[in-house]
Amino acid sequence: MIFHGRGIVPGRAEGEALVSHETISGWGGIDPATGTIIERRHELFGACFTGKILIFPGAKGSSGWSGFFQATRLMGTAPLAMVFTTLSTKSALGAVVTRVPTVTDLDADPCDFVATGDRVVVDADRGVVTVRQPV
Amino acid sequence: MRLTDDEKAMRDGVEGPAVAAAMDLLIRYGEALNADRLCDTRNVAGTMTQPSPAKTKLVREGGWHKAFSVINLDSDDDFEIPHMRVPTCQLQHGFGEDALGVAPYPPAMVELQSDAEAFYGAHGVNILATCTPYQVGNLPVRGEHVAWMESSAVVYANSVLGARTNCEGTASTGAASLTGKIPCWGNHSTENRYGTHLVEARVPVDGFLEWGMLGYFVGDLVQENRPVVTGQLAQPDLADLKHFGAATASSGGVELYHIPGITPEAPTLESAFTGPVPASVAYGLRERRATYETLNSQGTNTDVDFVLLGCPHASLDQIARAARALDGRTLTAELWIMTPRALRAVADRSGYTETITRAGGRVLTDSCPAMSRSAPKGTRVFATDSAKQAHYLPAILGIEAWFGTLEECVDAAVTGKWRGELP
Repeated sequence: MIFHGRGIVPGRAEGEALVSHETISGWGGIDPATGTIIERRHELFGACFTGKILIFPGAKGSSGWSGFFQATRLMGTAPLAMVFTTLSTKSALGAVVTRVPTVTDLDADPCDFVATGDRVVVDADRGVVTVRQPV
Repeated sequence: MRLTDDEKAMRDGVEGPAVAAAMDLLIRYGEALNADRLCDTRNVAGTMTQPSPAKTKLVREGGWHKAFSVINLDSDDDFEIPHMRVPTCQLQHGFGEDALGVAPYPPAMVELQSDAEAFYGAHGVNILATCTPYQVGNLPVRGEHVAWMESSAVVYANSVLGARTNCEGTASTGAASLTGKIPCWGNHSTENRYGTHLVEARVPVDGFLEWGMLGYFVGDLVQENRPVVTGQLAQPDLADLKHFGAATASSGGVELYHIPGITPEAPTLESAFTGPVPASVAYGLRERRATYETLNSQGTNTDVDFVLLGCPHASLDQIARAARALDGRTLTAELWIMTPRALRAVADRSGYTETITRAGGRVLTDSCPAMSRSAPKGTRVFATDSAKQAHYLPAILGIEAWFGTLEECVDAAVTGKWRGELP
């Protein structure tokens, strides 16, 4: 399965997908010290995104979003790459300061087609996301 | 992205390495947004002084120059930070000295923050230390391009003032403060400022509680879109719209709304939309009750330990009203009212602080329990008149919440019992 979109932070990464069907909060939503989702009512509550390809619909909540994701880079808990459906200032700046390969504006919604655990290649230099097979 | 000659010069280091790093961040960010260009701004509201574990470490390694380089410019290098190029203010941050011995908050963080204030003040940052800069000296005019963060301030600036800003972040406001530039995208363009949804209030919306509930309903309904609100709306004041906007940006991600006849970009219903007026969604008795129940779904225990007023930071009218409600009473629960330090000075001078303090309450500044992750020791159940604080604080501190009027909150602080109900 291949998705075509727009790379917004360059680079290439291959790894295991962590897929959220709900938008993600930065402030009050993640803990940069551990790289986990901490919003209690979130479907990924307790899940760790460190070293994973984080696939999600978009950013929600406070304007602290980008600062919290930047902190994951500074604390060594960042995701390996990001793929998201809806672009906003929060998610765009968040991806830029996390500095991991990121693709958005895709031709189909990846949250509908990729499952947690799938092996995914994010080629943000070409704007291509490839799902290889489940791990 | 197209760059002007002055932007290219900044990128190429003509104004020094810190400005070049700021321009580099704005180019990376603007290209990620697919923006055509940057626009000029002379009004930045960001955050530099709030302590965090990562910042503490950076300051220890290379002082505030390094902390600003790494966090506010997203750079790996450590630059000498020049004076801010354009007027810039600090939004809310951690607790200050007035909370020492009141909030269980580390004194070392208060000290670090004071040190930050001295550094940034010397570099041209106005230490407003509030989520409501528009209450204390930063009031953009209609049509002005500004670069603000803090979702409740962004929605107020766009909607009530008619200024133009996206919901910016720590690094984009840091870069804007040294360049006077921000990507011209989203809310900066007229075509992106028209309404997308119509909500009609079919119950009277009058007063602080009602405006907050309507906002919470609207935000949940439209998420990131641009609602236009009509119907049985009484004339709102600053505090009503401060509460309404903060609520829309909590249950949803609203950055801009219109109230025809009230907010500046919608003199009429028709002018709020670029095409035909869409069918309306009703906010009636059922929706109002459901919103109230959602806001009160995070509490079962009616023994209240703590009352929080002033989210977003209280206006003078709100402080005066709290003082009247507290006059001659004696509190059993802790009660804090959060306000900007500049308004606290007026409250002191007007005698409100003394009345509130005599009852056992506190007028605190700079922060809030959610920002500082700090409520009175042992708090299990809190009550608030703010939809935003009721939304966030239970998740942040793991406590129960009640939402109601200021008078119900004061009653809970006096009796230690929550007895609020939908009016």
